[in-house]
Amino acid sequence: MKAALVRSRIYSEVKMLIPHPVLGLRDATEFIYLGAARLIDRPDPSAPDAEAAFCDYVYLRDNPAGAHRELWFHEHGDHSWLVVTRDTITHEILGAELAQDVALARKRSVK
Amino acid sequence: MRFSGFRVLSEALKGHSGWKPLWRNPDPQPFYDYVIVGGGGHGLATAYYLAKTFRQSRIAVLEKGWLGSGNVGRNTTVIRSNYLLPGNGPFYEFSLKLWEGLEQELNFNSMVSQRGVIYLFHSDWQRDAYRRRANSMALAGADARLLSREDLKAMLPFLNYDNARFPIHGGFMQPRAGTARHDAVAWGYARGADMYGVDLIQNCEVTGFRIVDGKIRGVETSRGFIGASKVGVAVAGSSSRVMAMAGMRLPIESHVLQAFVTEGLKPIIPGVIMFGAGHFYISQSDKGGLVFCGEVDGYNSYAQRGNLPMVEDVCEGAMAVMPMIGRVRLLRQWGGVMDMSMDGSPIIDRTGIEGLYFNGGWCVGGFKATPASGHAFAHLLATDTPHETARAYRLDRFARGYLIDESGAGAQPNLQ
Repeated sequence: MKAALVRSRIYSEVKMLIPHPVLGLRDATEFIYLGAARLIDRPDPSAPDAEAAFCDYVYLRDNPAGAHRELWFHEHGDHSWLVVTRDTITHEILGAELAQDVALARKRSVK
Repeated sequence: MRFSGFRVLSEALKGHSGWKPLWRNPDPQPFYDYVIVGGGGHGLATAYYLAKTFRQSRIAVLEKGWLGSGNVGRNTTVIRSNYLLPGNGPFYEFSLKLWEGLEQELNFNSMVSQRGVIYLFHSDWQRDAYRRRANSMALAGADARLLSREDLKAMLPFLNYDNARFPIHGGFMQPRAGTARHDAVAWGYARGADMYGVDLIQNCEVTGFRIVDGKIRGVETSRGFIGASKVGVAVAGSSSRVMAMAGMRLPIESHVLQAFVTEGLKPIIPGVIMFGAGHFYISQSDKGGLVFCGEVDGYNSYAQRGNLPMVEDVCEGAMAVMPMIGRVRLLRQWGGVMDMSMDGSPIIDRTGIEGLYFNGGWCVGGFKATPASGHAFAHLLATDTPHETARAYRLDRFARGYLIDESGAGAQPNLQ
């Protein structure tokens, strides 16, 4: 039983199955990776500090070892953007949400 | 202890009883003038040149595992200087010149083998791009030549010249490029640094920086506090993690790159062959194993191992260009963690913290840079001015708009 559990966990890490909120488990190879989910928070180009904010946005990264929220595009599927939470040390997928839902929730919380 | 043919013979007669360890294993001193974080190729080379060329003393190298346990032990050993852009060309040519004299310099057999590196091209525009690159290399003092399809067929008869998608039109060759024995590079620099009095401290993980009024005072480690006037960080693969302890965010993502070795074969591949269109390159080690590699897996990872889809992708590339190796058995596969910088080029610079220096962002090409990276970083640490070949590798080049985008892929690290 324990061996089976270990095997299934290794399998999910090696195969990197992403639990798509609409379509269920999908293989990560159907997706294209963009980067950290913070890329949703595009700076305001008319703000006074826009130049520094865009430099930070385009180039700097947190790059953590461990849980990482990141953007995956379902290129070979329904063309949705997902926010996937993944462990960068084990490749284990910890969760997935529609990026649209994440962005809308943030917009509401800002208002 | 110098190595020589005479020494080998005399040891053979004495039953090899006289060999000594290549370096001491000292405990850390309370204070050093220079602390280098990272006992890989770049860190060890930095310490060596700092002691030898720049005549500094009281130097320590701190390594969290054993010397050479990171990327210098996890690469495909290619050395070359076929770069296009002015910020890169002279630096990598400087590195190749150092490679050419490395074994004499270190009195250590690093098996530097200038067997030539060939890039295949498959279209007229690709040939033109390589011709331009060859001209650019000539300006940086390097050498290159174009090979016709017939030249290539004479040299590499086993390639698949009539692949429907990527028919081979010719090649772009740097004859002085080649390979080196990666572990021996780390050991040679470690031994050289030790002979100049550098303390190589293994199993000593840096857990924090002590910074007072914007100035570095030393590092916190798993073996206690170690004071230092200057700290140089050369931990590519873990750069973001280590520099975060000093409160810095870097223009870097960590991605994993896989490499593969097959069972040993008789010599079949004369040099290094790059099949860029299929994301595949290959060489043959002196033991006979075919060593090959492809692209980074393409998402942030510190796993030091890859995933199966990229294994499949690399092997497809192999079969497309070199069908003859289809039945060779794969012995080993591993992954190294790459510091993928946002323009694909490295960073060697001071930081906003006085006395703290950074060397990283080597992407997938750090091995070939080892000697020049060490030399340039030692130059920066000793003189506080950048080495003339490394002036473009500034940390603020992203903010200033002076990117060195060698592959023209923009600010997306997984495409570099």
